Amino acid sequence: MNLILMLILFPLVASGIIFIVRNDRIRNIIVKVCACITGALSLLVVCQYFQHGISLSFNSEKVIDYVIMAIEVVIAIYIIFVSMKSKKYIVTFFAAIQTPLIIWFEFTQSSGIEEVHSSIVFDKLSAIMVLIVGIIGSLICIYAVGYMRWYHVHHDNYEERKSFFYAILFLFLSAMFGLVLSNNLIWIYFCWELTTFCSYLLIGYTKTQEAMNNSFRALAINLGGGLAFAVAIVFIGINLKTLELSVLIGMEPGILVLIPVFLLSIAALTKSAQLPFSSWLIGAMVAPTPSSALLHSATMVKAGVYLIIRLSPLLGQTSVGKIVTLIGGITFLVSSLIAITKSDAKAILAYSTIANLGLIVTCASIGTQESLWAAILLVIFHSISKSLLFLSVGSIEHQLGSRNVEDMDILMHVSRKLSLYMIIGIAGMFLAPFGMLISKWVAMKAFIDSKNILIVIILAYGSAATLFYWTKWMGKLVSNANVKKLSKHTFHIDEELPIFLQAVFVVVSCFSFPLISRYALVPYLSALFGVKTLIPIGTSDVNIMLIMLSMLLVLPISFIHLYKNDKRRIVPIYMAGENTGDNETFHGAVGVDRKVELSNWYMENYFGSKKLSFWSDLAAIIILFVGIILLIGGLAR
Amino acid sequence: MLILKIIAIIIITPIIGGLLTGIDRVISARMQGRKGPPILQPFYDVLKLFQKESIEVNTMHRFYVYISLIFVIFTTIIMLLGGDILLAIFALTLGSIFFVLGGYASNSPYSTIGSERELLQMMAYEPMVLLIGVGLYYADKSFFIKEIVSTSTPAIVFLPGIFIGLIYILTFKLRKSPFDFSLSHHGHQEIVQGISTEYSGKDLAIIQITHWYETIIALTLVYIFFATKSPISHIFAIIACALAFLLEIVIDNSFARVKWQLALKSTWIVTGVLGSVNLIILSFFR
Repeated sequence: MNLILMLILFPLVASGIIFIVRNDRIRNIIVKVCACITGALSLLVVCQYFQHGISLSFNSEKVIDYVIMAIEVVIAIYIIFVSMKSKKYIVTFFAAIQTPLIIWFEFTQSSGIEEVHSSIVFDKLSAIMVLIVGIIGSLICIYAVGYMRWYHVHHDNYEERKSFFYAILFLFLSAMFGLVLSNNLIWIYFCWELTTFCSYLLIGYTKTQEAMNNSFRALAINLGGGLAFAVAIVFIGINLKTLELSVLIGMEPGILVLIPVFLLSIAALTKSAQLPFSSWLIGAMVAPTPSSALLHSATMVKAGVYLIIRLSPLLGQTSVGKIVTLIGGITFLVSSLIAITKSDAKAILAYSTIANLGLIVTCASIGTQESLWAAILLVIFHSISKSLLFLSVGSIEHQLGSRNVEDMDILMHVSRKLSLYMIIGIAGMFLAPFGMLISKWVAMKAFIDSKNILIVIILAYGSAATLFYWTKWMGKLVSNANVKKLSKHTFHIDEELPIFLQAVFVVVSCFSFPLISRYALVPYLSALFGVKTLIPIGTSDVNIMLIMLSMLLVLPISFIHLYKNDKRRIVPIYMAGENTGDNETFHGAVGVDRKVELSNWYMENYFGSKKLSFWSDLAAIIILFVGIILLIGGLAR
Repeated sequence: MLILKIIAIIIITPIIGGLLTGIDRVISARMQGRKGPPILQPFYDVLKLFQKESIEVNTMHRFYVYISLIFVIFTTIIMLLGGDILLAIFALTLGSIFFVLGGYASNSPYSTIGSERELLQMMAYEPMVLLIGVGLYYADKSFFIKEIVSTSTPAIVFLPGIFIGLIYILTFKLRKSPFDFSLSHHGHQEIVQGISTEYSGKDLAIIQITHWYETIIALTLVYIFFATKSPISHIFAIIACALAFLLEIVIDNSFARVKWQLALKSTWIVTGVLGSVNLIILSFFR
C-alpha cells in the first residue's frame, strides 16, 4: 500500500483500537506507540516524496465517494439528533441543509463534471503541513497520556472517558492528514467536516453545561462555514465543471470563480476563528489542555489558513482578497489588544492564536511571493511555539493548581524547568531573533511592497500590544516571589518529554529557517508563481539574526563564571523602610503587618473585550457584507 | 578593519553619550538658575559607582542588566555600521525587554511598578519606531542605513510627519519629562527610582552606561533623516541632532510628568495621524 494512504489510514485504525481498549496501562502504551508511529510515518512520507512530490489517482474513486457519503450521512444524523435534544436548532438547520445538498449534487449533477485526475497531491506545502500535523500532533498525543493521568485526579467530578478522548485525538490527526493531502474538493470537504465534528466532541469532553454550550457554539459556527464550503462545491461543480482544487486555483479570477472563492474563504475564516467568527475558539478552552493545544497549534485552525494559502493565487489582487486581508488585519489588531486584559493563561493564548491567525490570513490573502513566504513560516513557527506554550500551561496548572498568570510568580521556585520552557515559548512568539519575529518582519516588508499602508499601520500597533502582553507575562515568570508551602507534583516524563522536544524545536527551527526557506519555500513559491523566488531577508541580516540567537544561548552560560567570582551581600527588598524582613509583608498603618501583592496591568477600561469585540465584530460583518454586495453586483475584479 | 571599527564604536559611543549627558546637566542647571556640575560629572559618577559595594536582593536580577547592555551595544554597532534599521530596532527592543525583566526579577514593589511603566512606554512608542523604519524604506527603497544616508535627497523631505513623530517619542527614549515614568532624572517626580530601585554599585553604573548608548542610538535616528551623499549634509545632520537634543532638554525642563493615560493616548494618536498621513501621501507619489 502507498505510504501516503498509510499515513492517512493509520491514525484512523489507531483511533479505533484505542477506543476499544479499556485497560488504562495497556492503552497508555498503545497511545504512545501509535503516536510514535504516526510521527515516524509522516517523517517517512516527507523523506520519500519531498524532492519530486507525487499525485495519486484511484480506480475505485466512486466507491470511496460512496463510503464518504455514508459516513457523512451518519454524522449528520447524529448531529441533528443531539442538537434537537439540546434545543440547538441552528446546528440542526446547518446540518440538515448541507449534507442533503452534497448528496443531491453528487447523484444528480455530477454527470458533466470532468473526472478527478489526481485525488491526492503531495507538494512542498503539503509536506510542511504533514510534518506539523504529524510531529507536533503526535507529541501532543504523548503529552495527553501524562496529562490525563492527573486530570481526573484533580477534577473528580467529571466522568472519565479517556479512551474516547485519545481516540478522538487520533481521528483528528487522520482527518487533518486527509485534508492537507487531498486535491478532490469532495474529500477536502469531508475531512473539513470531520475536524469540525472532532472539535465538537473534544470541547464537550467534560459534559458540563458550559462545555456543552461552547461545543455547540463551535459546531454551529463551523457548520456554518461548512455550509459555505458545500455551496461553493456545488457552484464550482455546476459552473466550472471541475472538482479539483488545483484546477480551480489555475483558473483566471473572473466573477464565476470569485464567488466560490469567496465562499471558501468564509469557510476558512470560520475555521481559523477570524472575526466575526472568533468566539468559538475562546470557548474551546474549557476542554482539557491537550485538546486545546491540538486545536490551536497543529490542527483545526491551521486547516483554515491552509486553505487560504492554497487559494492565494486567486485572492491576490482581487476584491475578495482585499476583503479577506482587511478582516485578517482587524482580527490581528483587536485580538492583540484584548489579550492585554486577560489574566487567564489559556485565554491569553487563545487571543494570541486568533491574532496570529489573523496575521497569517492577511499575509496569505495578499498573495505576493514575499507575503506567502511569511505566511507559511508563520504557520510553522506558530504551531511549534503555541503547542509548547499550551502544553507548558497544562503542566503548570497541575503544579500550581491555577493557570492565572498572576499566580505564576512563584513558578521559578516550584519548577525552574517549566519556567524556562515557558520563557522559550513566549520568546518564540514575539522576540527577535526568534521565528515569529522573522516572519513578522518579512510580512511587514511584503505589506509595504504591495502598498497595503493600512495593514502596515495595523501591524505596527498590533506588534506593540503583542510586546506588552507577552513581556508582562514573562515578567511574572522571572520574578522570584517566595513560596512557603506548596504540594509539589511530580513532573511526569510523559509530560516533560514532549515539552522538552518542542522547546528544542523552537530553537532549532530558528537556526534552520534559512534551510527551510531554501529547500521548501523557495522551490514551492517558484513553482507556484513561475518566477524565481528570492529569500526576502538578505544574507547579512540572516547572519546577524543567527549571531543574536547564539548570543542568547551562550550568554547565560558565560555568566556562571562571572557569578562565581563576584559573590555579593543579599539584602531585603526596599519597601520604604517598612519591610518586616521576609520580603512578603510590611509594617502597615496602626501596627498591622500587611502582605505585599504585586499585580500586572490589565487596562480593562481601555481594551476591555466587551467593548472592543462588539465594534470589531460589527466592522468585520460590514466588511463581509460589502464583499457580498460587490460579488452580487458583479463589480468584483 | 571591521573589528577595529566595531571596537571604536564600542569605546567612543559611551564617551560621547556621557559627554552629552554632562552637557544636558549643565544646560538644565542654567535653565533652573544653578551653576551645575562639571561636564565630566557623569563619568565621575559612574567611576564612583564602580567602587561602591554592590548589594542585591536576589542573585538573578543583575543578569538582565548586563544582557540588556550587550544588546544595546549590539544595536549601536548595527546602526553605526549602516546595517538594517528594522533589525536594529528589533535588537534594541530585545535589550529594552531584558531591562524590564530585570525590574520584574527583583520582585520589589517599586521596581515592578517601574517595569510596568517602562513596558507601557514601550507599547506607546513602538508603533512610531516601526513606522520610522517603514517610512525610510518608502522614501529610499532600502532598510539599510548606509544606503539611506547615501541618496541624493534627505529623507526629511519625504517624511516630515514621521520626523515630528520621532521627535515626540524621543522624549521616551531619552527618558525626559513629561514621559519619564519608569526612570526619571528628576528626583522630585520619581517613585523611588522606579525600575532601578534595587540596583546599586556596578549594576547601577551599567544602567548609566546603557543609557549613554541609547542616547546615541536615539540621535542616530534623527541623523538618518538629514544625511545624504553630499558631505555638507552631514554637518546639517549633526546640527539637527544638536537642535533636537536641545529641544528635548527644554521640554524636559518645562513640563511636569504627565499621567500614563495621556502619554499612551497622545503618542498613539500622534503616531496614527502623523505617521499614517505621511505614509499614505508618500504612497501616492512613490
